[in-house]
Amino acid sequence: MEEKEKIAQPAEENAAEAKSNFNDNLHGESLADRTKVLSPWATVMKRFFRSKLSVIGLVTIIFLFLFSFVGPLFSPWAANGGKVIDYNPALIIDQYSYPTIEYTVNGVKYSAMDLTITAPDFVRLGGISWSHWLGTDASGYDVLTRLMLGGRISLTIGFVVVILETVIGVVLGGLAGYFGKWVDNLIMRIVDILSCIPTLPIMLILSVIFTESGLGGSISKLYYMMIFLCAIGWTGTARLVRGQILTLREQEFMLAAKASGLSTGSKIFKHLMPNVVPQLIVSMTLGLGSVILMEATLGFLNLGAPLGTATWGNLINLASTSEYREYYPNLWIGAGICITLAILAFNFVGDGLRDAFDPKMKR
Amino acid sequence: MVKYIIKRLLLSILILFGVSVILYVLLRFMPSNFIEDQYMISHAQGGASEEQMKADLQLILAEYGLDDDSFWGIVKGYFMWLGKFLQGDMGESFKYGKSVQAVIGQYMWLSFGISFVALILEMIIAIPLGIKCAVNQYGKLDYVATVLCMVGIAFPSFFLGNLFIKWFAVDLGWFPVQGMTTEVITEVIDGEAVITVSSFFNYIFDYIRCLILPMSVMVILSIGGLMRYTRTNTLEVLNADYIRTARAKGLSEGKVVYKHVFRNTMIPLVTQLSFTLPSLFGGAMITEQIFSLPGIGQIAYNGMLAGDIFLAMGYNMFIAVLTVIGVLFADIMYAVVDPRVKLVG
Repeated sequence: MEEKEKIAQPAEENAAEAKSNFNDNLHGESLADRTKVLSPWATVMKRFFRSKLSVIGLVTIIFLFLFSFVGPLFSPWAANGGKVIDYNPALIIDQYSYPTIEYTVNGVKYSAMDLTITAPDFVRLGGISWSHWLGTDASGYDVLTRLMLGGRISLTIGFVVVILETVIGVVLGGLAGYFGKWVDNLIMRIVDILSCIPTLPIMLILSVIFTESGLGGSISKLYYMMIFLCAIGWTGTARLVRGQILTLREQEFMLAAKASGLSTGSKIFKHLMPNVVPQLIVSMTLGLGSVILMEATLGFLNLGAPLGTATWGNLINLASTSEYREYYPNLWIGAGICITLAILAFNFVGDGLRDAFDPKMKR
Repeated sequence: MVKYIIKRLLLSILILFGVSVILYVLLRFMPSNFIEDQYMISHAQGGASEEQMKADLQLILAEYGLDDDSFWGIVKGYFMWLGKFLQGDMGESFKYGKSVQAVIGQYMWLSFGISFVALILEMIIAIPLGIKCAVNQYGKLDYVATVLCMVGIAFPSFFLGNLFIKWFAVDLGWFPVQGMTTEVITEVIDGEAVITVSSFFNYIFDYIRCLILPMSVMVILSIGGLMRYTRTNTLEVLNADYIRTARAKGLSEGKVVYKHVFRNTMIPLVTQLSFTLPSLFGGAMITEQIFSLPGIGQIAYNGMLAGDIFLAMGYNMFIAVLTVIGVLFADIMYAVVDPRVKLVG
């Protein structure tokens, strides 16, 4: 609250200055030379950075990106996809010490490693240590490195899916809104149908189909599923764009565009679309969170990328094994926190952008 | 209004037709040998020889129009399914060995019970909180509640569910990890099972104890959305002219908020609640999965993984029908609670 008042004060001073400028104007200097006019985008940026939550969100997103894309460069294990040790019992014994038993037979002291207590799997599940901040998993991978590498796939998928959805949504929503009549009717009925289809069950069925068609072992299964996610996920954007265009179409500037004889393409893409961009940016930012959540959900249900691949969803999948859930939270809590942070940050930024774009918000 | 509703109903039928076509085609893309394998697995306990079973399966597949994978075969199969669906017969669930409507009817009520109680809890907490935050906009409570709500919205259900299991069920041992009650409602007295007062209450308490964790996960996840929605709407109402009038004529702040603001805030909320219809009856697939609750969500999940075509078809159509009804209901409710809104057909 205090901060806002502080900002409000200079604005008043500016107003006073502007007034005096107006008087000066008589002496040959124009008003525009004295006052600084912010472009619409600069105003939006200024408003955006004034909100604490938006800045926190932005910083978190930058952190997650650095963590995923730059982080692995500092990890000694990243080259092998996070693999620390091979599944070779001799190496395991070398790296991790089994509990030693000491006993005396005929006065001679013996010490032996107790291999009975710890099965190899158990040993490879190393706890948190200096060289492995989040420990290692049952296949001998460094969890922190996997988390970074997983972020690469999860974040990239989020962006690609959202961009594809937006492109489809803008084109179809734009067509529906601009041409109206039967085009509008046809596209909007498709939108109605697609938005009635429950997403998660469809993804489940698709996963079964792809797995049974022999795609189960490769990451391309996840990519195909994401294409299908785009194919049913564009409806929200289309509705938004159509609604905006319906109202914009009737406004005076469109009449002017028509009167100056512009082509349809230039009317749509040069005059209508720029007015939809603010809403699109907001919906894309909010959409990013939901795509990341969808990938994670699929991974958790073991329906997304094949098990060996590092994605955030696959990492949190370990929590569904009760042994890991109960005794090795270090394996999955990191992934959960990353997913939550990503969704939270994108929501913060999306909300901040929405407020910043809203001309009704005065501050 | 009647004209509008009739028009919308006809449109809904068109939408549902489209949804069913897409679903059916997609399900038929499942490799048929997979369905056969799954059928063999689920019917393997009988003493029949493999040939006998294969022959049986072919008969069953033919009866349901699943035997022909060509284009016309799929079209024929779809209309066979549609004909039965319109007569109220959703086919047989291979996995559960019952008709699909029986499976849905049996497992739906647990999901409904959990979602319903969770929804009531959400409303009790979120609506007053949302109004309070809006009245003290930019206050401390507003800030804290908004941030907490955003965190709640951002939590994936599987992460929160597993954290709760780890903390409250495993580490603290307050609740059972998974599944439903282990107690029986009866008590054995003199070799006979009788329902006594104590055994009855034991059963009920244990039942509730099993449901507390999944329910709190559901409440935490969706409370944020409702609270933010209430807050935004209250803010809008607070800026309205009639609120200024109410203040100007000297009403106490309490009266302004609880009589004038509150009632008008309820208008969009009533419509918003109509949209929860699918999730109310359709079950929470992931939450039920994590806590091993035998609700319709988990049953459908397992059915779909096992290639149970008719259960998948039936469940998804069930959700689609609920979605369509929810949207229609929201529009009608909007006109009912707000006399300014007129539905024009």
